[in-house]
Amino acid sequence: MADLETLRAEVATWLRANAPASIAGTMLTNDEGIWGGRKAVFPSLDAKRWLETMAARGWTAPTWPREYGGAGLSPDEAKVVQQELARLRLPPPLVGFGLTMIGPTLLQFGTEEQRREHLPKICRGEIRWCQGYSEPGAGSDLAALDTRAVLDGDHLVVTGQKVWTSYADESDWIFALVRTDPIAKKQEGITFLLIDMASPGVSVRPIRLISGASPFCETYFDGVRVPLRNVVSKMNAGWTVAKALLGHERSMIADVFGGGAPRKGKGSALAALARRYVGDENGRVGDPVLRDQIAQADLDTKCLALTVQRSRDAMKAGHRPGPETSMFKYTATELNERRHELMIRIAGPQGLGWEGEGFASDELAMTRAWLRSRGNSIEGGTSEIQLNVIAKRVLGLPD
Amino acid sequence: MNLALTEDQGLLAKTAADFVAERSPVARVRKLRDEKTPPGFSRDLWREMAGLGWVGIPFPEWAGGAGMGLADLAVVLEALGRGLAPEPFLSSVLLGGQAVLLGGSDAQRKAVLPALCSGDRLLALAFQEDGSRYDLNRIVTRAEACDAGWRISGRKIQVLDAGAADQVVVAARTAGGERDSVGISLFLLSAKIPGLRVRPQQRIDSRSAAMVELESVVAGHDDVLGEPGSGGALLEQVVDRATVGVCAEMLGLMTEAFERTLAYLKTRVQFGVPIGSFQALKHRAALCFIEIELSRSAVMAAARAVDEDSPEAQQLVSAAKARCSDAAIRVTNEAVQMHGGIGMTDEHDIGFFMKRARVAELTFGDAAWHRDRYARLEGY
Repeated sequence: MADLETLRAEVATWLRANAPASIAGTMLTNDEGIWGGRKAVFPSLDAKRWLETMAARGWTAPTWPREYGGAGLSPDEAKVVQQELARLRLPPPLVGFGLTMIGPTLLQFGTEEQRREHLPKICRGEIRWCQGYSEPGAGSDLAALDTRAVLDGDHLVVTGQKVWTSYADESDWIFALVRTDPIAKKQEGITFLLIDMASPGVSVRPIRLISGASPFCETYFDGVRVPLRNVVSKMNAGWTVAKALLGHERSMIADVFGGGAPRKGKGSALAALARRYVGDENGRVGDPVLRDQIAQADLDTKCLALTVQRSRDAMKAGHRPGPETSMFKYTATELNERRHELMIRIAGPQGLGWEGEGFASDELAMTRAWLRSRGNSIEGGTSEIQLNVIAKRVLGLPD
Repeated sequence: MNLALTEDQGLLAKTAADFVAERSPVARVRKLRDEKTPPGFSRDLWREMAGLGWVGIPFPEWAGGAGMGLADLAVVLEALGRGLAPEPFLSSVLLGGQAVLLGGSDAQRKAVLPALCSGDRLLALAFQEDGSRYDLNRIVTRAEACDAGWRISGRKIQVLDAGAADQVVVAARTAGGERDSVGISLFLLSAKIPGLRVRPQQRIDSRSAAMVELESVVAGHDDVLGEPGSGGALLEQVVDRATVGVCAEMLGLMTEAFERTLAYLKTRVQFGVPIGSFQALKHRAALCFIEIELSRSAVMAAARAVDEDSPEAQQLVSAAKARCSDAAIRVTNEAVQMHGGIGMTDEHDIGFFMKRARVAELTFGDAAWHRDRYARLEGY
């Protein structure tokens, strides 16, 4: 532990010396973060410098091996870096699906060539990735997917449609599940493929959500030629890779909504909001019913964070994310939805604005965030699918 | 704070699990209930547990204890909770014992703790009164100063294991108004002291509890734990520790009830298939699993926070009790429901878990009470 404390001091010193002064306290939520890529937009020059500085140190992906752009830190050491960032109110230099989803998957299943080609670009924020899983006919029943990839020499030719591809319009590459054997059992004819979205035949159309925003797209493939070296693992072995990646995705979602999310300031954010709308009585939030709901949400958040921590403490033996990530995905997203609903209820009529006069900008943002949050228990595997996974793979209940 | 069991704690858990499987199945609890003979638990088994070192876990080595913490005791209590063992850990080790350990003078500790750790002496803590619900400060029982020391009158209710206790710690008001935290004193009294009467109460979990009536009981100056009037803070500290204990027990009983229910879901056949293949039941089982996992984290964190004297300890204790109370009720209600008609019979054991869960839920504050306390501690 003494080593970790030495590291902590070194990290703090280095961060103080190298973090641009203007960066502290900015970009603290995942949505506000730097997602990188060829079309990257930086809110400031310092945000760009911050990414470059951290990437050079290997701290955009601290646990990845050095040869791929990481810093080769152990999970405990990486946690120290994360804690010092949080303590100094420094935002993560880079976020996105490269770091949380395809990167860990390539480390587990990729060829040396694939790792060398893709991982350093992810670490430096040069390439932004999106996920091509769901299709119009393959939602919860993901294995029913129907985007075809036909062998033609040393290429696969991909034709079909993906849906709910997050930020596809801002991404450079997509990792996609495609059907390479239409006759085999549905899970056994799927291949996991890396596709450059600049390839001829790829087109993207954003989907407008109930919140008015368009974080998701439809992505079309019309005879897109993809070299065979972009197959991850083997032909028709994509389902195993897909499931492992879903484990990473569920951990990531749990992190974003629960355990690992950076907090803005101290104390209960919900209680602060309630004070603004219902006021104080004898130093306490005035409405006892709201107070109880706030305490319930805060306690559940606490218990989830403790459970994420307990799982990490147990995973130090090198255990990979297993079916228990379904529990985190379920709990974190249901809880996030409850918190957003509670915020609207706290705000009362002021939580009903769509745009225009009579509503503060943070009120409008809060309402939009509530509408967006409704998707949390649907995307990345619905809550019901998570419960199915727990029932089957953790509890061993029969089909 | 590390939320994993140490190697020693892992071994302790194994020993305790084996002990419960072999020596304390639920059938034993049923027999104790049916026989209705005081004290409602086994003195012999208690001495055996003392011999294993479990009774002395949270006491110093000079007293014959192990000098360990709640995180260690919780491992044992969880295992005992699986077997619904009624032996007096809560009353003697956590309530009475911790009151003496944390509030007693050297002389009081020396007189009590070695005998307690060896399993020869039993303690109880009388704090609850008619109408106090979970408010520890709401004490009407009065102790008036007199020449010999104090003259105490009042009535305490649902005092755990008072019938078997050799000494009873009694919370009484020496000053202040009905709900003041200042002015509460804890008295360490012999159960045989003149004027103290124990009247057994029958509760749904069939464990031993009693009303303790005090009529002009005369206590000496030396019978006060700590300074007179300063017992309120001590009482809260002691009850917090006991709350962690009851949470660990709830964790054990809900885990056991859940595992029994899972086994039933896999074997009970209706419509030609195991009922566990129905999605309606699968999802409810998965939700119970999640509740238990969240509870486990909260209990482990609370025990460690108290052991480490963390500034967050009280919040974490309330987090654990709120979470475990809700979870234990949900899991044991589902356990009875999923067992169907057989779950409603006294012949089947599953109802024992539901009854004990309800008592544990309403001991030291229910979920809503602890949420309110958490909010207060967090400044809202």
